[in-house]
Amino acid sequence: MRTALILLFALALAAIPGSLVPQRRISPVRVSDFINEHPTLGPVYDKIGMFSVYSSPWFSAIYLLLFVSLIGCIIPRVGVYAKALRARPPKTPRNLVRLPAYAQADISVDDHDILDRAAVALRRRHYRVDVHSDSVAAERGYLREAGNLVFHISLVFVLIGVAIGALFGFRGTSVVIAGQGFSNNLTQYDDFTAGARFNEADLAPFSVAVKDFEVRFETGPVQRGAARLFRANVEVTERPGAAPREEVLEVNKPLRIGGTTVHLIGHGYAPKVTVKDADGNVAFSGPVVMLPQDSNFTSLGAIKAPDARPERLAFEALFLPTAVLNDQGPHSIFPDALNPALFANVWYGPPKVETGKPENVYSLDTTGLMQLRQSDGQPVRIALKVGDGVNLPDGKGSIQFDGWVRWVKLQIGDTPGVPISLAALGFAVAGLCLSLFIRPRRLWIRVRDGEAGHRVLEVGGLDRADARAGLTDDVAELAAELSRRPEDVSAT
Amino acid sequence: MRYEYYSNLALVSSVVVYALAMFAHAAEWAAARRVSVAERGEPELVNVRASERTEMRPEPVEGSERIDLRPEPGDHPDSGDSPASSPRVEQFGRMGVALTIIGFLLSIAGVLLRALAAHRAPWGNMFEFTITAMVFIVGAYLIMLWRTGIRWLGLPVTLLAAVGNGLAVTVFYVAVAPLVPALHSVWFLIHIVAAAISGAAFNVGGVMSILYLIKKRAEDRGTVQGYLERLPSPRKIDLIAYRFLAFAFPLWTFTVVAGAIWAEYAWGRYWGWDPKETWALVTWVIYAGYLHARSTAGWRGSRAAVIAIIGMASFWFNFVGINLLVSGLHSYAGI
Repeated sequence: MRTALILLFALALAAIPGSLVPQRRISPVRVSDFINEHPTLGPVYDKIGMFSVYSSPWFSAIYLLLFVSLIGCIIPRVGVYAKALRARPPKTPRNLVRLPAYAQADISVDDHDILDRAAVALRRRHYRVDVHSDSVAAERGYLREAGNLVFHISLVFVLIGVAIGALFGFRGTSVVIAGQGFSNNLTQYDDFTAGARFNEADLAPFSVAVKDFEVRFETGPVQRGAARLFRANVEVTERPGAAPREEVLEVNKPLRIGGTTVHLIGHGYAPKVTVKDADGNVAFSGPVVMLPQDSNFTSLGAIKAPDARPERLAFEALFLPTAVLNDQGPHSIFPDALNPALFANVWYGPPKVETGKPENVYSLDTTGLMQLRQSDGQPVRIALKVGDGVNLPDGKGSIQFDGWVRWVKLQIGDTPGVPISLAALGFAVAGLCLSLFIRPRRLWIRVRDGEAGHRVLEVGGLDRADARAGLTDDVAELAAELSRRPEDVSAT
Repeated sequence: MRYEYYSNLALVSSVVVYALAMFAHAAEWAAARRVSVAERGEPELVNVRASERTEMRPEPVEGSERIDLRPEPGDHPDSGDSPASSPRVEQFGRMGVALTIIGFLLSIAGVLLRALAAHRAPWGNMFEFTITAMVFIVGAYLIMLWRTGIRWLGLPVTLLAAVGNGLAVTVFYVAVAPLVPALHSVWFLIHIVAAAISGAAFNVGGVMSILYLIKKRAEDRGTVQGYLERLPSPRKIDLIAYRFLAFAFPLWTFTVVAGAIWAEYAWGRYWGWDPKETWALVTWVIYAGYLHARSTAGWRGSRAAVIAIIGMASFWFNFVGINLLVSGLHSYAGI
């Protein structure tokens, strides 16, 4: 018990830093910010696992020790309980007066079946009863320890469920532009993590087409700009060749496709642009996914036209759904696209050799590129409204802002151990209630000869759990009930 | 708009009325103190004997007598029909209870009007959660008062209610607004109501643990006076505190589990070590420690009470600190 107590406190303490220091799994960006801001502390934190507390060796050590101590505690107790289940109530103590609760009553000399009636009364109250020659011993509340054991065993199963999920599960995300689709194979994921025993062949061959995505934001004075509605209308095809079915995907309403769940976990804007090169040929045309930077969806991205000739073109772009240009520079003041604008600066350079190396689609690597400048040396800055186009200086080409679409971020995943954990948690709560609210109690009833030929009924009781009430009342009530003759009882 | 106005009016009034109730209870205890030891005939002996009687019982004493939450006659020479009883004490006490009931009705009205104003269950942000939890706390106190007569709890409960609703209407206040999509779920009702009820019980249990420590300390030093004299024996306070916490713990377990299920629907994972989730687990682990401490030799009594108070502090940090200081997925305070 003392070990468990210490380990519980160690666990509580160890969990705290993860809530105060940024965690790599939750927001890697904030972790790198933290390391940059704290050049001495950052690397130390990194070394001792402060940025991934919940998978660090010391945190794992504590909870594994806790579970080892838990199992070490459960096994002997199950044995003890198995014996207790068949045990008889303890023999009647010699001196009932010394018990915490005691009552006595006079009974008539010829009342011979009083102990049998006592046994019946106690069995009716769900006691386990032993009738001895001059006394009755009774005990109840065996379920308390059962509940206790069920609770602790359930915790082990919760951990087993979590472990199964971590071994066989997978989770990944994919950004899908409205009007386009996702099919469930590894190449379509933007990021993907899977357990050690996950097999790529286990991915169900479904596809999801996002037909459109509705968003509504608060326009009233309170919480202006807060999200009010996200709804994606999608078409699900369970396997190639199957008939597609219409579904609605919302926050709180994930899709279940076989064993896989698809969640809607993010959204943003993709401005549609057309880039022409110096020769007037279309070098790029289509939507470009941009990443929101703030709650008003000021979005950053890179428009790349590697096929532009004679020189390739690229743009560092800023998309503002509700654009305002003031002394803070261009920024967005509302998350919905009320006044969309595209800002960009322009880079150019000799065509790059195709290496096949993957590159970040959201940011521009300017190696081998030159920034396009005006004659006075200032960088060229482009600001476009929907439908606008502009020719780049020096005849480098042109860019046109055709419009915008929304994209959604889908999370696709499967966590197989969850039903085990969930069922175990159900048992844990039920067991906990039994172990806290069942009242184990022992009662003894004895008939002895009193003074002057009287006979006396004695009732003694003992509670075996914390914080129980009513023992004295119950004992007195039992004494009163039994000391009345059966005739009296039936007369009332 | 009108509903919102009247809701705020009711809540601000409830703060004032709870504060008045607190003053009435404070006056009750002050008046009781003035009834001097000399007037009471047989002063400390009664207490000493009462505590000896309980302490010298063999284990397990816990359930050994009917746990009457009413003050023991020996503990309270001023109450009821005792010859030294002061009518002023009784008068202030009744006044405090009457004011508490008025404050309770006002705060219920505040919560209901808030729901009408928002056209939804009033649990969407920190302000609404606080006013609801305060209704549960005072409601639990009033039920216990009616059933078992624990007026000695009036002072701390009215203090808690005045501070809670006071913080709500000043610091936590946000105007009525609809919910963000992540909160559109049946789990919104289940998870938050369970959290409010178990939170209320943790708080009542925590307040009692504080009273337990104060009374125990005074008793050990032999300086039981005034308000403390009217508290039941430390063992009884401890038992009642335990009952509240034993009720709250399974419900808190359920709250965390329901939260995990909801998190799967809304965010696509059961457990993500969001700061709020982490602190809910920390709170859970601390109270698990409390339950273990109560059955570990050398830890029951004062040490267990200290753990219960740490648990309450962790609950409050999770509620106030995490909402206001740390950014996470549970940032619904809207402040």
